[in-house]
Amino acid sequence: MEAAIKPETDGATLLDLYRQMLLIRRFEERCNALFMQGKIPSTLHLYIGQEAVAVGVCAALKPDDYLTSTHRPHGHALAKGVSARAIMAELYAKATGCCKAKGGSMHVGDMAVGMVPAIAIVGAGAPIAAGIGLSAKMRRSGQVVASFFGDGGANEGALHEAMNMAAIWRLPVIYVCENNLYGASTPVSQVIAVEHIADRAAAYGMPGVIADGNDVLSVREAAREAAERARRGEGPTLIECKTYRLCGHSRSDACGYRSREEEAQWRERDPLLIQSRRILAMNAATQEDLDRIEQEVTAEIDDAVAFAETSPSPRAEDALKDVFWEDR
Amino acid sequence: MAVMRYQEALRLAMTEEMERDANVFLCGEEIGQYQGTYRVTEGLQQKFGPMRVLDTPISEVGIAGLATGAAMVGLRPVAEFMTWSFALSAMDQIVNHAAKITYMSGGRIRCPVVFRGPVGRGGQLSAQHSMSLESWYAHTPGLKVVAPATPADVKGLFKTAVRDDNPVIFMEHTALYPQRGEVPEDPEFTIPFGVAAVRREGADVTVVAYSHMVGVCLKAADLLAQEGIECEVIDLRTLVPLDMETVLTSVRKTNRAVVTQEEWKNVGFAAEVAARIYEQAFDYLDAPVERVGGADVPMPYARNLERAAIPHESDVIEAVRRTMS
Ligand SMILES: Cc1ncc(C[n+]2csc(CCOP(=O)(O)OP(=O)(O)O)c2C)c(N)n1
Ligand SMILES: [Mg+2]
Repeated sequence: MEAAIKPETDGATLLDLYRQMLLIRRFEERCNALFMQGKIPSTLHLYIGQEAVAVGVCAALKPDDYLTSTHRPHGHALAKGVSARAIMAELYAKATGCCKAKGGSMHVGDMAVGMVPAIAIVGAGAPIAAGIGLSAKMRRSGQVVASFFGDGGANEGALHEAMNMAAIWRLPVIYVCENNLYGASTPVSQVIAVEHIADRAAAYGMPGVIADGNDVLSVREAAREAAERARRGEGPTLIECKTYRLCGHSRSDACGYRSREEEAQWRERDPLLIQSRRILAMNAATQEDLDRIEQEVTAEIDDAVAFAETSPSPRAEDALKDVFWEDR
Repeated sequence: MAVMRYQEALRLAMTEEMERDANVFLCGEEIGQYQGTYRVTEGLQQKFGPMRVLDTPISEVGIAGLATGAAMVGLRPVAEFMTWSFALSAMDQIVNHAAKITYMSGGRIRCPVVFRGPVGRGGQLSAQHSMSLESWYAHTPGLKVVAPATPADVKGLFKTAVRDDNPVIFMEHTALYPQRGEVPEDPEFTIPFGVAAVRREGADVTVVAYSHMVGVCLKAADLLAQEGIECEVIDLRTLVPLDMETVLTSVRKTNRAVVTQEEWKNVGFAAEVAARIYEQAFDYLDAPVERVGGADVPMPYARNLERAAIPHESDVIEAVRRTMS
């Protein structure tokens, strides 16, 4: 089943979705530059190319809904409302970071905005999302949970157990597969025998929907339907978003496992391009409006970097705190 | 006080905590309609309904993750493993997620989940159904590990586990389920974590145990008393947090120690206790610390082979004698 796009969206909303995607894109580009300069340590899994998925799904969520994320979480975090400052400070390993410099890139999150600190064990977020969904159901809170995973994650056993549980108890969970065609360097066709990961939904007794993961409206439409279904108590949905990572998997990945032609084809379907073309074609805004958004986004990231640079490092003795709740 | 079985005391604790706090719920395989493989949850689904006593698919990863996720957003799940031997596939959820979320979030998320279930050797269940692996959990920062030895303790410690704001590993012993003892009926009776119990006083040798080994050591102490050797038997009750003070106070008095455990001896919990005795009471020792533990083999099936792989009173007695010689 393909999600149909309803183009009733007003200009302000189209611009806002564009703005959110641009923020993620520029944030990630800045992260990459800062990483190359040695200002950000560790490793980074950047979200460049997949922005429409995070923004489209989060546009269908309410502020008190939850999401679980992966090793590639910056886009999910920004889209769910974690501040650029708190994420950047975390990457800088500063005490003001969203995890007080204990998590780093692979664990950014903030429960205050419904973002569970990211789960960097591939596939492991799925059962946790089911548990959050169970809690929402038991408390009759009306909340839903979006649980992101990759095409690689689709092959983890944890996902199978979780999707089955979510289906039998009709938990309010949206399982969102970001199929970017590769799990690290491994092409999806080599490790998955069915054509569409969404086809697997039938095995659990839940709807499986394919969305154009590079078109924010397609993703939002699929996520809205899934969220409504979840809120009606009808249970989970699996959405497969077909997309592409326009950057390397992690640090120093020259992408030798894929062709430059393939990359060029996907670059033409850049989610930012699709959305900006739509905005201009619909006369929802002018090029000057888009340029102004570009400047605002740049200013927000400049501010986040300045905040991170000037924030204090954690104190060494804080390493021993937070193991148990009473030792914070 | 009422006399009841260990199993009944645990069920009473569950009932009381579920009545006290609507956020407490149970989940696991065969716990509801079937009322539990060891009948621990007998009658609870009738009393609290199918949502609060939730029968799950046979999905240990799913159960552990479900409980962890629910705990992160306001509930107090009690997840049962049919036996702790089956928790291995759930290890990622327990170790990587439940145990770490408070730390990774910079102290912003609490995860009040209890993982519980039976452990135990001696039923000829052989290699894949006889593990407890408490040392693995105790090794992991962020988990509390509880191993009650008496009916009163299983009640008081379980209630503390449910009220604790951290993941708790709660290990019951199948051989203890039918044992009877006095149990306080007061619904506010709890036993704090990290407070060991001196089960028998004695001046000659400190014997440290937990779970089923407490009873084994007490029997050994009775037999040794007939030879005039007085053992002080300490029940640790909780491995994390660990009450070393009670152990050290005893060792400073007896100058000898035997540390016991039922699980595999190699890199086991007894080694940790022994090391801490050396670190913190070396000058008081008149003999090397002795360890008693299970043989380092997968549990065999035949009765005599199984017997040879499990520590008994005689092993404790020999270890005590070695410290006295
Ligand atoms: C359980 C587990 N196995 C392996 C890894 C190492 N790893 C990190 S990301 C990754 C690839 C994941 O691919 P996919 O799920 O498609 O997500 P993508 O990187 O494409 O976003 C691997 C193998 C891991 N983090 N966790
Ligand atoms: Mg992938």
